[in-house]
Formats: sequence, structure tokens, C-alpha cells
Amino acid sequence: MAISEQTVETVADLGRYKYGFSTDIESDKAPKGLTEDTIRFISAKKNEPAWLLEWRLGAFRAWKEMPEPEWAKLDYPPIDYQDAYYYAAPRQKPKLKSLDEVDPELLRTYEKLGIPLKEQAKLAGVEGADEMASGMPGVAVDAVFDSVSVATTYKAKLREMGVLFMSISEAVQEFPDLVQKYLGSVVPPGDNFFACLNSAVFTDGSFVLVPKGLRCPMELSTYFRINEKNTGQFERTLIVAEEGSYVSYLEGCTAPQRDEHQLHAAVVELVALDDAEIKYSTVQNWYPGDESGKGGIYNFVTKRAACRGRNSKVSWTQVETGSAITWKYPSCILQGDNSQGEFYSVAITNNRQQADTGTKMIHIGKNTRSRIVSKGISAGRAEQTYRGLVRVLPRAEGARNFTQCDSLLIGDRSAAHTVPYIESRNPGAQLEHEATTSRISDDQMYYCQQRGIDPEEAVALIVNGFCRDVLQTLPMEFAVEAQKLVGISLEGSVG
Amino acid sequence: MPLIEIKNLHARIGEREILKGINLAIEPGTVHAVMGPNGAGKSTLSNVIAGREGYEVTEGEILFNGENIAELSPDERARAGIFLAFQYPVEIPGVTLSTFLKAALNARRKAAGEAEIAPVEFLKLMRDTARRLNLPDDLIRRPVNVGFSGGEKKRADIFQMSVLEPTLCLLDETDSGLDIDALKVVSEGVNALRSPERGFLVITHYQRLLNHIVPDVVHVFADGRIVKTGDASLAEELEANGYADYTDAA
Repeated sequence: MAISEQTVETVADLGRYKYGFSTDIESDKAPKGLTEDTIRFISAKKNEPAWLLEWRLGAFRAWKEMPEPEWAKLDYPPIDYQDAYYYAAPRQKPKLKSLDEVDPELLRTYEKLGIPLKEQAKLAGVEGADEMASGMPGVAVDAVFDSVSVATTYKAKLREMGVLFMSISEAVQEFPDLVQKYLGSVVPPGDNFFACLNSAVFTDGSFVLVPKGLRCPMELSTYFRINEKNTGQFERTLIVAEEGSYVSYLEGCTAPQRDEHQLHAAVVELVALDDAEIKYSTVQNWYPGDESGKGGIYNFVTKRAACRGRNSKVSWTQVETGSAITWKYPSCILQGDNSQGEFYSVAITNNRQQADTGTKMIHIGKNTRSRIVSKGISAGRAEQTYRGLVRVLPRAEGARNFTQCDSLLIGDRSAAHTVPYIESRNPGAQLEHEATTSRISDDQMYYCQQRGIDPEEAVALIVNGFCRDVLQTLPMEFAVEAQKLVGISLEGSVG
Repeated sequence: MPLIEIKNLHARIGEREILKGINLAIEPGTVHAVMGPNGAGKSTLSNVIAGREGYEVTEGEILFNGENIAELSPDERARAGIFLAFQYPVEIPGVTLSTFLKAALNARRKAAGEAEIAPVEFLKLMRDTARRLNLPDDLIRRPVNVGFSGGEKKRADIFQMSVLEPTLCLLDETDSGLDIDALKVVSEGVNALRSPERGFLVITHYQRLLNHIVPDVVHVFADGRIVKTGDASLAEELEANGYADYTDAA
């Protein structure tokens, strides 16, 4: 018996005896709780090289010593990290002949997600689906269904061009050196409590490498979905754009209704080398909990980009409508001279949702530029905080930042806070900050209604208008979906 | 049957009674003008018909196509065919006039159980209507009323009215803030909509609008009541003598 299999057996036995219930090997689930054995189990399941297991264990040991951060304006009960599962993989036949063989439950899920998937066959890994779709311009989808990529599409096609687009587990097997070189180079394991936890237990995610000089001709996309009950999701995404390359990556998420809080702590690392550009767009629509605040996802994400090369550029666009708790600050480290960072954000909180979100722009190189446009909408009894940092280091001659931070309140029980930190250690830097807080006026509502638009749609229309500057930066595939989402997430906020 | 019939309508805001027993019936195909001094309750009348929140109807009723509309929300009334051209059109940042009108049009269609308008058809409707009203194309692509001049706002409202084709058009002081050229354009737009099945209630302080939109019936409004009703010549008489006679009487 191989060592990895032995470990799996051992941990499975552990689950049976120690915790009083059996581990269903069929569902490929690690026993509840987090110990070094859990991490060994994950690493063994994924057949990882020794260095990665050590990396994980190092992170885990550091994490145990770290306090959970408390500075965010978020209020939630303590999370019991031992009361969660850290590994669950869906069962999947390796190869399917046609759509009929695909688990109908899986297909129904795709439908419910309402994602613009042109070919579900492709997504479900039906043989020959790639040929069926060949020649069609479109979206390459790497679907993350409960921790493990069930399908990677357009892979062969992209590979021909030299683009690596696969799950990070596959990349670990196929390109261990590349993974080792970049993993943790933007967000080191000990960066923060949640990133550290992720480093210890990350299950899957995407890996992208765009080679020198190539403009990736299609949008790369991944859909995350949390399926198994109580499964913490610890996605790890790594995108590297080599010199002079360009890539646009879309990430979208939905989750079904759940009664218990679910923890999500992802890490996304982007690396842009000289003259490279990465555009990263997210639509996040996880279950926000019910009207009284019961259920909902806890979303603690670390997203960071290193604009390492000269003239490199990274643009983050996010539409955040889901989750009970959002803790998220997609950031740019502007290291290369003339590099640029952008952050466009729409965050909607309704009912009892709480979001503490923003960005960090760290200007290190000369003539670095950053632009922040944040639109926060708060309805019901929701609380929302924009927290942003613009830091200019002494060497960053000619650094410039523009920040625009607008809040829209709906009803009289929601709240919006703006906490912009600005630190400049270069007297020549130009920093601008604009902020507004407004309300949907009765006059606007009456005007819309007088034209026949019902109150709910009127709110959606007005809010979409408020977010327009940001929504316009989304790729077409997402823009329409995002507009609909804006309306859906504010349902019940009026009348 | 009148298009709209208002019977003994009393309405108030808070404790203050503003409409004190209005009786008015508009037949299809006719234009009624309501004239009166500031503060007489003219705008209140249009808002009560349109169903704006904050006004309490204490007595009387409004029948639209024979149906009592007391229980209908503003958007339901709008979809039933009531349109109000605002004295002060409201700005909606980030929402283009085109997007806005499409939402309004589709709301009507949805209520009527029809499919949404096809993009090509909508585009053509917008273009044709804009051309007819001599409305600059760029106005349609700009956010609703944002940065519009006073004249542009009123023209945009009439443009909306032309696209939505209501059966009852309420024009609330549409002439206010318009220069003579804009007044002409707006009036032409309104006149182009006059038809046997459509009725108008034109609220104005001044007679000059009525030189362009010639009414069939003129009502003089003072202190929450209609104090005199006559034909178009009544407007001219008012222009010459002012409202003093009526405000004293009321």
C-alpha cells in the first residue's frame, strides 16, 4: 500500500474512533476538525510533493500562534475552527461519453447558478466536448465544485498557445517548480490569520500562467460553489502574467441556502511582470443569510497583486452582493516603475449583512498610479465599511492616486462608514480623495413609479445607475449578470 | 364615459386641507386647462391623481375609465395610462434616458402580459420619436435629467410622454422656466399627441402656454376649489384681469 493511501486510511480510522462517526470514503471527506493529521490527509489525497506538505505544516504551526484579527467593523460570534470539515471532494467518473452520463444533480446546479455556460457538457468533462466547441470564441471555465475542479475546459487549446490554465492541484503535479516559485510570493503564509489558515489547508483553486508577449484571447473564468454542508472553502488562486502579456480573469460565486455559517478563506495572488496586465473581475453572490441574519457565508479573503515589472498593470473589479460577513481588500503592490493599480468595487449589503471591504495601494516604484472607485450600498439593517489604504513610499517619485468613495443608503436603519488611510512619505505625491454619502430620494422613487416602474425595480434601476462607473469596467459576460444581481440582492429593501 | 371623473375630491397634507371639493370630468379627446394663482392647490391636484404618497384623500373619489383608483399605487396608475409631466423633473444619475424609458415601457408590457420590447424595435421607436420632437440624440444617451437645461428637462419629459403613449396626460406647470422657443417645441410635442382617445389636464399659472396648446375647457382654481369654468376665452380674460377677482371671492 502506498504511503499516501495509508495516511488516508489512518485518518479515516481516526475519524471513526476519535470522533464517534465514520468517514465516508465515497464522499472523500476528511474528519471534522483541524490537526496536523488533517493537513497530512489533504496533502496525501492530493499526492503533493514533500516541500508543499512542509509549507502547509509550517503555515499551520504559525497559524496556531496567531490571534484572529479584530480591527474590522464586523460583529460575529467566535468561529470554532475545529467544528468544520477541511476536505470534501465530489465523486466523479473520470471520463464521460455524453451529457446523459453526467450527474443530473450537477447539471441542475449549473442551471440554478444561471451562469452563462454555453456548453455544460464541456464543464462536466464529457469527452469530445472540446471538439464540439472548437472554433467558438468564449469563456474558458474552470469550475470549482466543492473544493475540487470537476472540469477544466479549453485547456488543450490554451496550452497550444502556451497559456497554462488548470487547477492548482494539477499545476502542483505538472509544474511543481513554477508553483514553488510563485506560491506565497505575494501573500506569504504568515501574512494574516486567514491567509495563514488558507496556506495550511487550501484544497483547490486555479493556476494561470500567460507566457511572454501573449495577449490571452479569451476570458478565463472560474465558478466557485460551496456545496457540502459545513465544508470550509479554502481556494488558492495564482495568476502569473509574464513580460508583455495580458489576461482577463473572471471569478463568480453562488451558493445555496444554508442554516449554519460557512467559513470561506481564499487567497488570490497575482503577479504581473514587465509590461504585463491582469484584469481580475469578481461577482460574489454567496448566501447572505436570511432576513434575521441566520445562516450565510463568512468570507475572509486575501487578494493581492504584485505589479513587479515596469509598466505593469493590475485592475481589480468586484461586485460583492452575498455573504453574511465580508472581509476583503484586493490590493496592489506597485513595485515596478510606472506600474498601475486599479480597484473598482460595488458592495451591496442588505438585511443583516456586514461588509468591511476596500483596497490597499502601496506605491513603491516611480510614477506609479492608482485609482480607486468604491460604491457601497447599504439597505435593511446592514452595516458597511469602506477601508482603504494608500501608502506612498519615499522612493515613489511622481506617485498619483485618485480615490472616489460613494455610499448610498436605503431605508433609515442601514449604515455606511468610510475609513480611508492615506500615508505619504514622498512630498511630491499627488493624492486625491472624494467621498459622498447619499440616499435614494422620495422624489426619485416617485418619478420612477410615475413612469410605471414598480418600487423594487425602481430601486434596482437607481442603484444600477449609482454603480454604473464600476459595472462598466466588467467584461460583457459579467455585466448583464451583475446588473441583475444588483436588483435581486436588494429585493425586499423597500415598501 | 369620461376618461377621468373627479367627484367632490378633498385632500390634505398632514392637518392642512388643500383640495376642498373638486369636481372635474375630462372626456377623451379634450384638453382641459387649470389656471390659478400660486398656492391654490393646482400641483396637489395632479399629484393626488398620480397617487403620490403623503397626500390623504379624505372625501370624494377619482374614477379613471370608470374605475375607482383610490387603492392603486403610483406605478399601477401610470401603467393604467396616467402620465404626469413634472414641474421639476428629477435627476437619476447613471441611468440613461434610454435605459429608463425601456424599463418604463417594459413595465407596462409586463403588466399587460406582453413580451419585452425587442432591442431593434425600441431603438427605432426612440429614434423616430426623437426626430419628431427634434430632440438631440445625445440626450437619450445621457443620464435622466442630469445636467439638462430647464428646457431640455421639459422636452425630455414630453419625449417620455410620446414614447409611453398614455391616455391621460397631466402637465404640471410645464411652461415654467421655458423660453419662448422651448415653449413652442414643447407645445408642438403635446399637440402632436392630441387624439380622439387621449385627454389632457394642463396646469399653468400663465395664459401664454394656452396660446400654443389651445384648451377646450378652462377652469379657474382658487383656494382648493374650481371657482369658474369656461372656454378658451376665459384664459384670455384672466391674462387681462389677473386672479384678484377669484382669490377675493374664495
